[in-house]
Order: sequence, then structure tokens, then C-alpha cells
Amino acid sequence: MRSIIDIRDVSMCFRKENEKTDTLKEFFVKLVQRRLRYSEFRALNHVSFSIERGEAVALIGVNGSGKSTMLKLIAGVMDPTQGDVEVNGTIAPLIELGAGFDVDLTARENIFLNGALLGHNRRQMQKNFDKIVDFAELWDFIDAPIRSFSSGMIARLGFAIATEVQADILVVDEILSVGDFNFAQKCHRRMEKMLSEGTTLLFVSHNTDQVKELCPRAIWLDHGNVMRDGPSAEVCDIYLEQKAQA
Amino acid sequence: MASRREQYTADKFISLFGELVKRDLRKKYRRSVLGYFWSLLNPLLMMTVMMVVFSYMFRFEIENYPLYLICGQTMFNFFNESTNMSLYSIIDNGILLKKIYVPKYVFPISRVLSCFVTMSFSLVAILIVMLFTRVTFHFTILLFWAPMLYLLVFCCGMGLLVSSMAVRFRDVIHLYSVLTMLWMYATPVFYPIEAVPPQVAQLIRLNPMYVFITLFRELLLYGRMPGPGLWLAGAGMAALVFGLGALVFSKLQKSFIYYI
Repeated sequence: MRSIIDIRDVSMCFRKENEKTDTLKEFFVKLVQRRLRYSEFRALNHVSFSIERGEAVALIGVNGSGKSTMLKLIAGVMDPTQGDVEVNGTIAPLIELGAGFDVDLTARENIFLNGALLGHNRRQMQKNFDKIVDFAELWDFIDAPIRSFSSGMIARLGFAIATEVQADILVVDEILSVGDFNFAQKCHRRMEKMLSEGTTLLFVSHNTDQVKELCPRAIWLDHGNVMRDGPSAEVCDIYLEQKAQA
Repeated sequence: MASRREQYTADKFISLFGELVKRDLRKKYRRSVLGYFWSLLNPLLMMTVMMVVFSYMFRFEIENYPLYLICGQTMFNFFNESTNMSLYSIIDNGILLKKIYVPKYVFPISRVLSCFVTMSFSLVAILIVMLFTRVTFHFTILLFWAPMLYLLVFCCGMGLLVSSMAVRFRDVIHLYSVLTMLWMYATPVFYPIEAVPPQVAQLIRLNPMYVFITLFRELLLYGRMPGPGLWLAGAGMAALVFGLGALVFSKLQKSFIYYI
């Protein structure tokens, strides 16, 4: 069987403009003055790994190590400079607070809008609507515009939508700390349930305790290189050691 | 790589477009007392203002001036509104586009479509003016949708063009408001094309908006069947601009992520 995520020798280079050129005038002025200089920034350097169906894998590393770039490549919002990214399944991203929501719309309207943006049709969303609202515990506010919601309420809604419609891969970018204690517990239980049902988890975090708890396997990235790939307890320990030394 | 892009089957596309269009429509008149009724009332009020201004200040000899005005103004407003809303569509959805894969062109196109729905409400206003001014109904009126369709294709093309260019250079946003103003004066919305010098009139005939509006007026106001030349010119211009917009958009969309 094919791996659900297959990363083959992926490099990602960004052309970093030395000064930002945002307006046409600046662009032409610099073009004429031959000051359009770029320096190359390599965010990922020949990265290869594959993730099997049903695995729970963590990506760890300090800021700027290439974790977010990796996630963007897997999500398909960017194409790699070199190499292949193959994803054989649907992705449910637990995206940033509020991205994909429209604050002027009600919670009910946002559920359908967000669902459509995640690639679900209206029928699927109607089928899951009650369960989503149940999980988010938002029945009392279902027809209120979400601009009046607290950040915790929005996070609950986002988590409920992303996880209710079954996807093959769940991508979590450190959001487990959102919401109160009870809700965090509830999210945790749901993720464990999804894992037991065969959903693949890709978890990005600095928090090694959470990583060890949720994922048997961890991949440590540093300056775009894979430093270690193996059992999370082992990888996390080496990572912490290294960080302590630095 | 292709797998998740292929996941967008027809029903998902329809759902996505449907939700985006519904969002725009809901937001447009949310918290207003009259709601969708504004789409009907607004063109009538605008027409009245223009009628007063141009009947007392600059006089043009045009038969059934109210209908002449509202036909041109409805179509030009649609062009103006839809392309201006598209202009910001990619920038507005930047955070989203950084996080999940969504076919990017759905944003400008859905905004043009939602304006098209509002324009369809305005057709009732045109019908009211037709009844009020007791214009004789001709069978040609049944073809009213054809110039609207041309205009829709044209605006989708313009929307793709300006939205993708605005991502790379924000100047386009400022430039575009000047361009639309110029465009409005270069389109015979409130004046007859005979009112301008012949050389200028020649130029105006190359203006796609002039072609679409003329087709519309011929069918509704004068009850004449436009000649094949005008139909072909309209179709050609719409197809050309759509092709150009689609081409530029597809070339630029790969780099959106770096500028949003």
C-alpha cells in the first residue's frame, strides 16, 4: 500500500528580496538602478520521509527550522523548489484561530462556509451539523454573528468543524492549548479516538511532553535538515539535550 | 501532488461557490431594514438623481431618457462593483490561502457571481421603468440575457486580471479606481454617442462596455435586433478579456503565497 504522505528529497528555496518591493514605482526604480538583488534562503534541504496510514507523527524543532514550510507543502498551498510531495488522502487542517471564518456571519453560516472551504459539500455538512454544534457546545449562540464570540468559542467551533467530518489526515499546528481545561481534555479525547479509528495525525509543536503523549514517532527538523527521525521519546530527549547545550 | 487538487469534484465546487456567493449577499444587506429591497430601490434612486441632473443641467436629446439611463447604469454598475470587489478578493483571503489548499480563482469569480445575482434583482427596476414609461414590448426583449451573459464573462476576466495583479503590486488598487472613473466617462451611460466628436466616437466603439450596453438598449429600449457585427464584437471582446484574465491569473497564482 502507498504511504499516505510521501516526501521525497524535498528542498524549498525562498527568494528573499533584500529590500521589500511592494509598489510598482519601487520595482521600476530598482530595476533601472539594478538594485533588484535577491538572496536565497533555503527553508528545507533535501528532506525525505514518509508517513504510513494511521501513524501519529510529530514535527519538532525551534522557530525557523522549516516546520511550517513543511506543513504548507503538505497542505498544497506551496510547491517545492525541488523534489516531490505526495499526499494520498484528504486533509483536515486545524488552522489558525479565525482563518476561514467570517466574523459578520453567524455560527450556523460559518459552519457551512468553513466546511465548503475545507472541501466538503453541503450535504455532508448538513449531516454533521448537529454533531458539530453539540461538540462545540454552541447551541445557545448558533444564530449570533461570531464577531461577538470569545476566542475560546471560535477555537471550539474551528476544532469541531475540522474534526467532525472524517478526513484521512489531521494536521494540528499547536492549538491544543486553546480553550479552557475541560475543552482541551475533550479535544484530546477526540484526537485519540480519531487515531484509534485510523486517522493519520501530523502534529507540530515545541511542547515535547504533548508530543510524547500523542505521537509514537517524531521528526526533528533543524535549519531545514532532518536531524533525527524515530521513536518520539528518543528524538525528544536528544532534541532537548541539544537545546540545553545551545 | 495532484491528489488533493483532484478532490475538488463538481458537487464540492458548487457547494464552495454557493457558500461564497451566499456570504457576499448576506453581508451586503445585513442589518439594513430594507435588505434586498435596496437592490431594486438603489438603481431607481440613482436613475432619478441622474435624470434630474441631466434634464436641467446638460440636456441630451434622447427618447425615453429614464430607460436609456437605467439600462446603461445597471450594466456599468455591475462592471464597477464586481471588478472592484474582485480586486481585493485574493488579498482578503490571504490568511486562508496560506493555510489550506483552495482553488484560488474561486474568490474573484464568486464575487463577480454575487454581484450578478444583485444585478438580477435590479432587472425588476428596469421592468418598472419600462412599465412606467409605457415602452412598447417587442419580442427582442426575450434576448435580454445575452448581453448580460457577455458582460458576466467579461467581468470574470477583468476580475481575474485585477485580483491577481493587485497581489503583486498594491498600486493596482489605487490605479484601478482612476481607471474605472475614466472608463465610466468613456462609456455612453448618460450621454448619447452622437454627442462626442466623431474621432472620439470611433474610440468609444472599441470600448467593450459600449458594445454590451448598446446590445442591451437595442433589445430593451428600441426593440431592434442588433446586427451580427455587434453580437460578434461583444462575444469576441468578452472571450478575449476572459482569456487574458485567466492567463495572467494562472501565471501569477503560484507566487501569491509570497505576497499575501
